[in-house]
Amino acid sequence: MSVPHEAEDATVVPISAAPSYPRDPGDDGPLAGLLEFLRRRLTGDYEVDEFGYDAELTDKVLLELLRPIYHHWFRVEALEVANVPVEGGALVVANHAGTLPVDALMMQVALHDEAGRALRLLGADLVYQLPLLSHLSRKTGHTLACREDADRLLRKGELVGVFPEGFKGVGKPFSERYKLQRFGRGGFVASAIRAGVPIVPTAIVGSEEIYPKIGEVPFLSRLLGLPYVPITPFFPLLGPLGLVPLPSKWLIEFGEPIRTDEYDPGAADDPMLVFNLTDRVREVIQQMLDQLRLRRGHAFPPFL
Amino acid sequence: MTHTVLVTGVSRHIGARVASVLAADPDISRVIGVDTVPPPSLTRDGGIPLGRTEFVRVDLRSPDIAGVFAAADVDTVVHMSLVSAPSRSTGRAAMKEHNVIGTMQLLGACQRSATVRRVVVRSTTAVYGSSPRDPAVFTEDLEPPDSPSHGYAKDAVEVEGYVRGFARRRPDVSVSLLRFVNFMGPGVDSPLTRYFTQPVLPTVLGFDPRLQFVHEDDAVEVLRRTATEDHPGTFNVAGAGVLLLSQCVRRAGRPALAMPSPAFQLLGNVARGAGLVEYSPEQLRLMRHGRAVDTGALESELGWRPKFTTAAAFHDFLSSRGLQTVGGARW
Repeated sequence: MSVPHEAEDATVVPISAAPSYPRDPGDDGPLAGLLEFLRRRLTGDYEVDEFGYDAELTDKVLLELLRPIYHHWFRVEALEVANVPVEGGALVVANHAGTLPVDALMMQVALHDEAGRALRLLGADLVYQLPLLSHLSRKTGHTLACREDADRLLRKGELVGVFPEGFKGVGKPFSERYKLQRFGRGGFVASAIRAGVPIVPTAIVGSEEIYPKIGEVPFLSRLLGLPYVPITPFFPLLGPLGLVPLPSKWLIEFGEPIRTDEYDPGAADDPMLVFNLTDRVREVIQQMLDQLRLRRGHAFPPFL
Repeated sequence: MTHTVLVTGVSRHIGARVASVLAADPDISRVIGVDTVPPPSLTRDGGIPLGRTEFVRVDLRSPDIAGVFAAADVDTVVHMSLVSAPSRSTGRAAMKEHNVIGTMQLLGACQRSATVRRVVVRSTTAVYGSSPRDPAVFTEDLEPPDSPSHGYAKDAVEVEGYVRGFARRRPDVSVSLLRFVNFMGPGVDSPLTRYFTQPVLPTVLGFDPRLQFVHEDDAVEVLRRTATEDHPGTFNVAGAGVLLLSQCVRRAGRPALAMPSPAFQLLGNVARGAGLVEYSPEQLRLMRHGRAVDTGALESELGWRPKFTTAAAFHDFLSSRGLQTVGGARW
């Protein structure tokens, strides 16, 4: 009952009515298309949605830069993409790892290019305090992880992504790789229930090996206000070269959606239900991770 | 039914436009315009013809306003005299007094009055503040994580508090609280419109805030509708869509000068000290983190939506000032 009900609510959301950019440059050839693109960018003649998402910039610049890394460096294979709903709101819940959140970018490429969906991630508030990162994050479709933004995106029928482990996941030491950390307070489950959208459990294998974190510098992280400053076998030893991620083999699997539309939207305020569902999602992802890791085998196939 | 409407802030652009629209309405018998300074002269300063508006010069901070209520059977009050930037001559303290004490005096007079049936107060979306911990889009019921602590925004928060208190004490009066985003249009003269007409636009390095504008015509229409019909409640008023500051700068065809946040603040303080610009700290925060609001509540209440989107309002402003993009933009 809740899906059509929520869809009705969504019709009053007005300022998202921004039209998308013209996708088809016409028959004038690639150069004319590029000139037209540059003209639009330089004169500000493009649209962003109310969250600041710039679909054109994301597709033509950011994803274009990421695609070679996706295909040739990490050789990412996206599996069971059919489990991602073709349209309508859904919540992609994935494991988070790798010291730097490269997994978020790779998942964005996978969903954009292989499932045809723009991923709207919910990010840590640290991201929105930092110069550059804050507006790049908004322009590429992401927003702050808070209840209002999650609800609003899901009501609008967007594909929302969340890494419930947060910094605990992305910053965990290499020895704990592929062990899911605690899943926050389950706010993402409550949002899914309120919107009546399915939860797509997602496992990402390969991200753990890109920057094996073997230590950290607590003094520096306190000084810089960062959650951690990592030490990897190559960083800071090799300086900037140590920032090149190791070319591990990646698999991203989208699991069978877990429906939430059978619950009443008010059930989002039932902590027991939310905790149980959170645990269920976590267990599903952990199982997927274990199987996917076996399936992949070695992280660096040609060498090991 | 005869109506007598009292409009405050009538000597400034939006106030004058609202007064003149109300004066042209045959259902309204009297329009009384109130302000601390007389309206600008029609011929010399490009004032707005106020029609049959009767102007009364009252300092809102004094209890004189009660005399106006006593002399005329005012049934509708449109309060628009919030000052958004301290004036060079009188400073911040006078601005705060004007905004907060002025509103208290006005509401006190309304509470005493037996004839007042409707109160419309112009507020601002600045009450939501602007911080990296904000939700992307504010609805009216959201409590901002960082409530504004200075300047105009703080005044507006306090004014809203008194307005809500008044609404509780006089449940028989319909109280509309309108939170406007920045006005934009040919006649608007605000810190933001002056910013966009500078030869070089300073921006904060690494930040690209989302901005929203409401066209002055739409603002006047919203105020006219709330002044002539009962629409109790708090409503955000904004044109559809958002513009990034970088888009605004490009559409204005002006070069941007991105500078690190401390340098931006320093420059702002120097320029303010030299009397070149008037702005307040929360406007600096807006230039970093931006803000967007949801206007669904207003649109369903009025059954109407602003004619100008944010982008169209900005375009109208640019073309009225003869500004345009280098390549000649198409909208």
